[in-house]
Amino acid sequence: MSGMPSEGDIELRAHPGLTAEATEAVLELRPSGSWVSLNMAELESLARSAGGKFGRSRSVKLDFSAVSEIDTVGAWLLEKLRRRAAADGQQVEMTGIAENYVGLIEEVRLVNRRAIAPAPKQNPAVTKLTDLGRWMLGTAQDLAVFLEMVAALSLALLRILRRPRSLRGTSLVYQMYRIGWQAIPIVVLITFLIGAIIAQQGIFHFRRFGAESYVVDMVGILVLRELGVLIVAIMVAGRSGSAYTAEIGSMKMREEIDALTTMGLDPVEVLILPRVVALVMTLPILAFVGSMAALYGGGLVAQFYGGMGPAIFIARLHDAISVTHFEVGMLKAPFMALVIGIVACSEGLRVKGSAESLGQQTTTSVVKSIFLVIVLDGLFAVFFASIGM
Amino acid sequence: MDDSGKLSAIRVTDLVVGFGRQIVLNELSLDVRRGEILGLVGASGGGKSVLMRTIIGLIPRRSGTIDVMGTAVGGAGERTTQNAAARWGILFQQGALFSSLTVKQNVQFPLRENLQMSPILMDEIAIAKLEMVGLRSEDGDKFPAELSGGMTKRVALARALALDPAIVFLDEPTSGLDPISAGDFDALIKTLQQTLGLTVFMVTHDLASLNTVCDRVAALADGQIVAIGPMSDLLRSDHPWVKAYFHGKRSQMLQPKVS
Repeated sequence: MSGMPSEGDIELRAHPGLTAEATEAVLELRPSGSWVSLNMAELESLARSAGGKFGRSRSVKLDFSAVSEIDTVGAWLLEKLRRRAAADGQQVEMTGIAENYVGLIEEVRLVNRRAIAPAPKQNPAVTKLTDLGRWMLGTAQDLAVFLEMVAALSLALLRILRRPRSLRGTSLVYQMYRIGWQAIPIVVLITFLIGAIIAQQGIFHFRRFGAESYVVDMVGILVLRELGVLIVAIMVAGRSGSAYTAEIGSMKMREEIDALTTMGLDPVEVLILPRVVALVMTLPILAFVGSMAALYGGGLVAQFYGGMGPAIFIARLHDAISVTHFEVGMLKAPFMALVIGIVACSEGLRVKGSAESLGQQTTTSVVKSIFLVIVLDGLFAVFFASIGM
Repeated sequence: MDDSGKLSAIRVTDLVVGFGRQIVLNELSLDVRRGEILGLVGASGGGKSVLMRTIIGLIPRRSGTIDVMGTAVGGAGERTTQNAAARWGILFQQGALFSSLTVKQNVQFPLRENLQMSPILMDEIAIAKLEMVGLRSEDGDKFPAELSGGMTKRVALARALALDPAIVFLDEPTSGLDPISAGDFDALIKTLQQTLGLTVFMVTHDLASLNTVCDRVAALADGQIVAIGPMSDLLRSDHPWVKAYFHGKRSQMLQPKVS
């Protein structure tokens, strides 16, 4: 085992060297020491400087006898020198290769034979156009995927309505527990704070006109019509939508979805429908709880910051808001839930094999569902205004 | 060659590894010689992978020493140093390729982290490694999710060999491959072992690999190495588990060839 490092000398490797002696007839290259990847930095510069001596002699001689050890990297660097000489039409002779390295040197002669074609340069205008086309195609595909999911869900729902016993009750209740019950503390905390902040800002600014009492109108209408449901929907999209995408995505990666399909089960019916239905049923409840917490926060601020007692607050609230405001808010909730659920599940199904794609689809799912929830809210505002609600 | 002439690549002495109350490896001793292919067999769940993972430092040990290439491997919980990482390459059972990197980037990863190398040279070395394990340079731009089982194993082997380690650990290299691919992979291991002068430590259940590529086979039972030697010695072993393993129904078909 002449070339192998002996016991304990892993750190103490012979210094690599490369002498090049050029005469008219022959350029003699004599690598020495340890040509291994640990000495990489030196090896590359040695090989480069030896390259400068090429072209003056008729033939090249590579003498390996002073090499104490060599690995793929070292062998490849010397092989590159050899190929360069051969490409110039020079005779190359290799001598003194230790017996245990013959195989390696021979092997390296066979690799990297085919030049890698460099990527053809693109016209920048064409690239821009291609990107634009890709983007448009991607958007169209997004829409198609969304509609496909709506269709698949409707079909699954129809099947369930025909055979109600095939509804996965356990899964449904478990999902409701996870995205509804477990979300209540954080939803209550955040909506409470937002209600309090709105009330404080309102009192601070309305005080200048002596219109503090109208803060109750503002908080009441804003929370019940818009903010309660919107904030809760955004939170649910971030909290549960992302979880749906990640769950379904990793099931896709581990071929669990394929396994379901091969057992004759519809993944939409088994995995996605319970999740979406749970979301549609729990989001209105969460929105209601959140709205109440926001009103409570507003009321507390009105009492301690605005000096308006609870009885007056409630009485004013009674005058300011009607059931219509409450209905408008609650009516929006299931539609927002549907959008979040569909986006989260369809993005989950689009996860490909890599860990990166899982992260990417989860991000896309949250961004897209928050965007769509806000767009939907705007559409509802127009709709309710036009029917006079 | 006689025993004294060969230095040991891995020397495990009185190794004890356990989880909670369960002792998996009980005062196990094992010598792997330099330049040999050692196959390790044992019952499923019997501690083969635990032994391998303890040697490479992924599982802490209770007592005992492990020497790799003449240097003691650190105690429990110590991080493997860069030097140690360059000393061995590991082929995990499922490949464990980084799924967000291309095949070429996977092979370049250890190079990039451990060495200073120009990007062109890094590309050339990565392609050289891929060609050495029997892949084409075009495969370098694929992602791990696009590879077949056999290709995944080959890429994982190329990555394990990226730093030209002295020792390679293979965890069930042929599991999940069809007999032809498995045979090709065995031949590849043998070829690379000869060209690169590797020491190979292979955990396997593949009787054909044990028979064709392994210089020696070690049998692990009851937390200890109960038999070690060339395949022919193991076939003659009297240990009941070894007997059951090599003379069971499934291995009957191999008998005419080896005896």
